[in-house]
Amino acid sequence: MDDHAPLSPSPTRGGAGEPAGPAVLVEHLSKDFDGLRAVDDVSFRIESGRIFGLLGPNGAGKSTTLAMLATLLPPTSGTARINGFEIAGDPDGVRRSIGIVFQDQSLDEELTARENMDFHGRLYHVPAAVRRQRIDELLALVGLAERQRSLVKTFSGGMRRRLEIARGLLHRPRVLFLDEPTLGLDPQTRNLLWGYIERLRDEQRITMILTTHYMEEADRLCDEVAVIDRGRIIAAGAPETLKEEVGEDTVTLATSDNEAVLERVRVLSAVRRAEISGDAIQVDLDRAEAHIAELVNCATAAGASISAVNVHTPTLEDVFLRLTGRTIREEEAGGRDRMRMARRMWRR
Amino acid sequence: MDAVYTIWLRNVKRYLRSRSRIVGSLGMPLFFLVILGFGLNSVVTDSHMRGGYVGFIVPGIVAMSVLFTAVFSGIQIIWDKQFGFLKETLVAPVSRLSIMLGQTFGGATAALIQGFIILVLSLFLGLKVPGAAGFLVALGFMILIGVAFTAFGIAIASRMEDMHGFQLIMNFVIFPIFGLSGALFPIDRLPLWLRSLTYADPLTYGVEGIRYGLSGTATIPPLASLGALAAFAVAMVGIGAWLFRNVRS
Repeated sequence: MDDHAPLSPSPTRGGAGEPAGPAVLVEHLSKDFDGLRAVDDVSFRIESGRIFGLLGPNGAGKSTTLAMLATLLPPTSGTARINGFEIAGDPDGVRRSIGIVFQDQSLDEELTARENMDFHGRLYHVPAAVRRQRIDELLALVGLAERQRSLVKTFSGGMRRRLEIARGLLHRPRVLFLDEPTLGLDPQTRNLLWGYIERLRDEQRITMILTTHYMEEADRLCDEVAVIDRGRIIAAGAPETLKEEVGEDTVTLATSDNEAVLERVRVLSAVRRAEISGDAIQVDLDRAEAHIAELVNCATAAGASISAVNVHTPTLEDVFLRLTGRTIREEEAGGRDRMRMARRMWRR
Repeated sequence: MDAVYTIWLRNVKRYLRSRSRIVGSLGMPLFFLVILGFGLNSVVTDSHMRGGYVGFIVPGIVAMSVLFTAVFSGIQIIWDKQFGFLKETLVAPVSRLSIMLGQTFGGATAALIQGFIILVLSLFLGLKVPGAAGFLVALGFMILIGVAFTAFGIAIASRMEDMHGFQLIMNFVIFPIFGLSGALFPIDRLPLWLRSLTYADPLTYGVEGIRYGLSGTATIPPLASLGALAAFAVAMVGIGAWLFRNVRS
């Protein structure tokens, strides 16, 4: 990951050719499958250089939305513009403006890493000299320079994903689509990939739209998320804002004398609410980490010993739970998903 | 044009890399050539057959290996569909037609190489070397068979979800096309009902064309063969392109 090469400046960003306006603008997009509404009146906009997350359980309509934006699937109604191009009116313009990393692998395993890149560059009309230079840069960026002459079928799941990301960037798209980019990858590889994605945003100013049902992924990567459930966007905004709407942090404090400690805790200025719940004190407050010492001091002052402390910060999972009454995890292990995971495991 | 070349290049690379496929596909044609050719050589005596029965069936076996390789190459896009690679191609800013043409020419190239190998091997089995012109005529017909039947394979693959139907297609479409083509028997003295079936088989014109190139004689006049096969190839490419237009990844 440290052997990355600097990338030459992108001509499509900040140049004269870039249309003003948002990178992605989606208006009232809907899609029916045999009378079933898979995507229902979805609207959002993504400003240049931001990472936008479509967050929701499997079958929520994330991939369908992405497929429509990628011109792979015609919408039943509604419209969208990518880089100023209308998805129905100018699909070729859209296709030139986007790079896609599909949920399922889309590499040719019988070709080498470099040949896969070269194939892509030719299809996107990248001139030969530029193509060679960019392939070198991008393969170095994702740490695959040494393996570029190896057949893809010898690659691990993480290497394949990195190659797909590099390939998606070869034609300098304004918007990169990432459909469940880390599904089925082990935690270490996932962390590495997150690092690459953040660097792409920070160094390349690439606009990204990613779908995920991993809350921590959305939380870490996205500047903005739209929570999608059963085809509808049920909440949208920055992850921080969404989490704040759910509520404050909660500290659970179990002491030897809960009543005495509670009296002292109640008067602290940071505390919004405190009560005894079971055999512990539950304290709602802002920025729990900053005030944990004060709470401990209260216990010391009351002469009580602390047997357990637990800090809970709202996550996007709580946001989803609050909005739908269900957790995303409950729905995670869908059959399709398990099969995909198994397939990727098997490849490794 | 760029896109057609790119996709052609990918197909040819894949083909040349799959040694086992190249060798494996030689098995059946060689088996036919050696077992049928030499097995029936003494039984089948016909004044029309210069070079004996072996010499007679060489064009048919060449046509057979072109046919099988071509259909298989076309149907291979189902693999691309299943392994996800087709998506990468479909989402690129290139037309469906150029994707389809690239696949067709790629498959036809593989089929041509496969047929050519059989042709060269037949030289060792006693095939009299024809003049350069005759050789080129044979190659031309092989190209046409390759294009037509790769497109045919693509047309079928466009309507298939997975490889399950492949055996069905092989047994009920491809083998009859081969069997009825006059690859293994002269068509001029067949009973009428069988002869009309033979004339309805597009591969017949390919076999006849190759036979004309390699031996200088054929039952069907070579220009008629050329016209019929070329018309079939154009029709197949048209149908294949039309069906491929609606393929979803």
